[in-house]
Amino acid sequence: MTDKKNKGTDPKTYKFDTLSLHAGYQPHKNAGSRQVPIYQTTSYLFDDVDHAAALFNLERGGHIYSRISNPTVAVLEERVASLEGGTAALATSSGMSAIFLTIMTLCEAGDHLVVSSQLYGGTVNLFRLTLPKFGIKCTFVKPRDTQGFKKAIQKNTKGIFGELVGNPGNELMNMPEISKIAHDAGIPLIVDATYQTPYLCKPFEHGADIVVHSLTKWMAGHGSSMAGILVEGGKFDWMQNDKFPTMTTPYEGYHGLSFAEEFGPTAFTMKARAEGMRDFGPCLSPQNAWNVLQGIETLSVRMKKHCSNAEEMVKYLLNHESVAWVSHPSVPDHPDHELAKKLLPNGRGSMIAFGIKGGKDAGVAFINNVKLASHLANVGDTRTLVIHPASGTHSQMDEATLKFAGLSHDMIRLSVGIEDIDDIKNDFEVGFRAARKPRLVSNQ
Amino acid sequence: MKFEVNGAEVFASTGGRPFDKTKPLIIFVHGSGLTHMTWVLQTRYFAFHGYTVLALDMPGHGLSSGESLKSIEEMADWVSDVIDSVGYKEASLVGHSQGCLVTMECAAKNPNKIKTLSLMGGAGAIPMNPELLSLAENNNPKAVDLMMDWAHGPAGHFGGHPVPGLYHINTGGMLAKSRTIKNTLGVDFRACDNYKNGFEAAKKIKIPTLSILATGDKMCPVKEGKKLADLIDGSKVEIIDNCGHMMLLEEADRVLKVLKNFILINYPAKKN
Repeated sequence: MTDKKNKGTDPKTYKFDTLSLHAGYQPHKNAGSRQVPIYQTTSYLFDDVDHAAALFNLERGGHIYSRISNPTVAVLEERVASLEGGTAALATSSGMSAIFLTIMTLCEAGDHLVVSSQLYGGTVNLFRLTLPKFGIKCTFVKPRDTQGFKKAIQKNTKGIFGELVGNPGNELMNMPEISKIAHDAGIPLIVDATYQTPYLCKPFEHGADIVVHSLTKWMAGHGSSMAGILVEGGKFDWMQNDKFPTMTTPYEGYHGLSFAEEFGPTAFTMKARAEGMRDFGPCLSPQNAWNVLQGIETLSVRMKKHCSNAEEMVKYLLNHESVAWVSHPSVPDHPDHELAKKLLPNGRGSMIAFGIKGGKDAGVAFINNVKLASHLANVGDTRTLVIHPASGTHSQMDEATLKFAGLSHDMIRLSVGIEDIDDIKNDFEVGFRAARKPRLVSNQ
Repeated sequence: MKFEVNGAEVFASTGGRPFDKTKPLIIFVHGSGLTHMTWVLQTRYFAFHGYTVLALDMPGHGLSSGESLKSIEEMADWVSDVIDSVGYKEASLVGHSQGCLVTMECAAKNPNKIKTLSLMGGAGAIPMNPELLSLAENNNPKAVDLMMDWAHGPAGHFGGHPVPGLYHINTGGMLAKSRTIKNTLGVDFRACDNYKNGFEAAKKIKIPTLSILATGDKMCPVKEGKKLADLIDGSKVEIIDNCGHMMLLEEADRVLKVLKNFILINYPAKKN
């Protein structure tokens, strides 16, 4: 094991920007095609009966049916796993299906989860209303209430779930401390890191065990394609207790396979694919996987611009007469400012929440009068996006739930794009002018 | 499955099929600091095709109890003890990297017990880079990162895992970090570095032997593997191109194909 060419002790494995462009793909195995081919097919020829049996028995790697796996989608999965520092990944049709598949791989009827209260509205509804229909109950805890997560753990709790930076209030979970609480209880920490992307934070380095993303957002960037992914860190020991029998004992649902014994650091992904994609089937289309791959190629370049524009916008909003308050982890008096410096060293992200003076009416006037910023239910586009959560993304919540989720009627959620910063500010001036005189300026 | 060898609990994967003493036994021995999981794309084939398979976790590794064995000779004796412990009189051995030293030593010492020998990324000696050895013995995770770097060929560095969604380098790294590095990788590297009997052991081997080598293997280069194979009577050599030391995962299908051809001919399973 000598290596005469190696003159130092630093490994020469590829780094982030290189992995963004190359990971998961070998051109020489794909007719020399420099770009990842789009395998637009439902199914794959078997060489013979023995080959078919080998694929079904997991004797060999390979593809059977595109609901389970697809070569284009597999490149995306490996690429995201490599960027996150994970062992394996499974791409899905959306971020929500990635969360659902994660929970259904982890839990059974009668199980319980501890969940951060500050989440995307759709995720809140999944945990609050839909999962109980499957017999899975949840206790919500405010993201800054670190000890609250510990107190909420029950005997049947199978995991802790949260968004690293909560949507839309920008509250941070103390991931290192909460992961310790989870691990002391023998359960995994699942983190939705959509807002950060692995460019800003690699949750596995701070104790997370499974990371989920809506790839629709910053990872793709172009706002053209729905996609999600779950990524496995590979450190969690499923065999340390008897909480996860379908991972650790011969499982009737898959030919008596013990996923943890057979696949160790990739066991969760293998089970999510073998069972979850087979039974629920939220597969990602190869075209959308390819579209997301195009976005990931420029991830670090875009994230730098997103973050620098966001910091400019924070300064602008903090000094604006029409703004009551600004929430962004880069603001020194943000309660999580110091934690954000530790967890998000490459930038604090491009999501800003701010309160507009004049409350709901002013907010509506602002939204209706900006022209460059797009009013829509998405974040993480290269274009600047705005929404009024209380009447949009979180509109299905009642008053009490809104308050518990940290939402107010004057709040505007801003996803800062990568346009010229002067043009974004000029557009906002138009919106603020309208907000100050809501009865005199219409959106017509 | 779990069983006892010399009073200590041992784990071995049976490749997804029940342990069946009526079938011929193939034992797979992993490389330095790794576990049975490196063999998942070879073991399951044989388990589903008429063989009983044991992909071992060496003592102190993976799910096996006890402390890591400190010399290749001790490991070779232990593999022989495994065969006795599970009630077999003979077995076919497959080794990767350090596992090649172990299986070769075991075959040389037990000419009637070992029926075929398959070596992947093997060499007659595996002297360690002093810096890498020191890092591993001092529990420095950089030892694992370096090993993963050197163990994967240029193609493997990009990925392209045969199992959809798995990423080679991080998966291998996590396997090697699953127990305390100095107690697994550190002890294993020292055992490899100390082992000087490889070429003498090779001369004693008279059973069918296969060496699978890879053109991009920086840890046990092709010329070292050939030097060893030349000392083993009738040894067969297969070379996998565009592949590194972790050939059993990087090019799992091609490796399985040559291994299958060799074992099915030289150690056939009983036909039903």
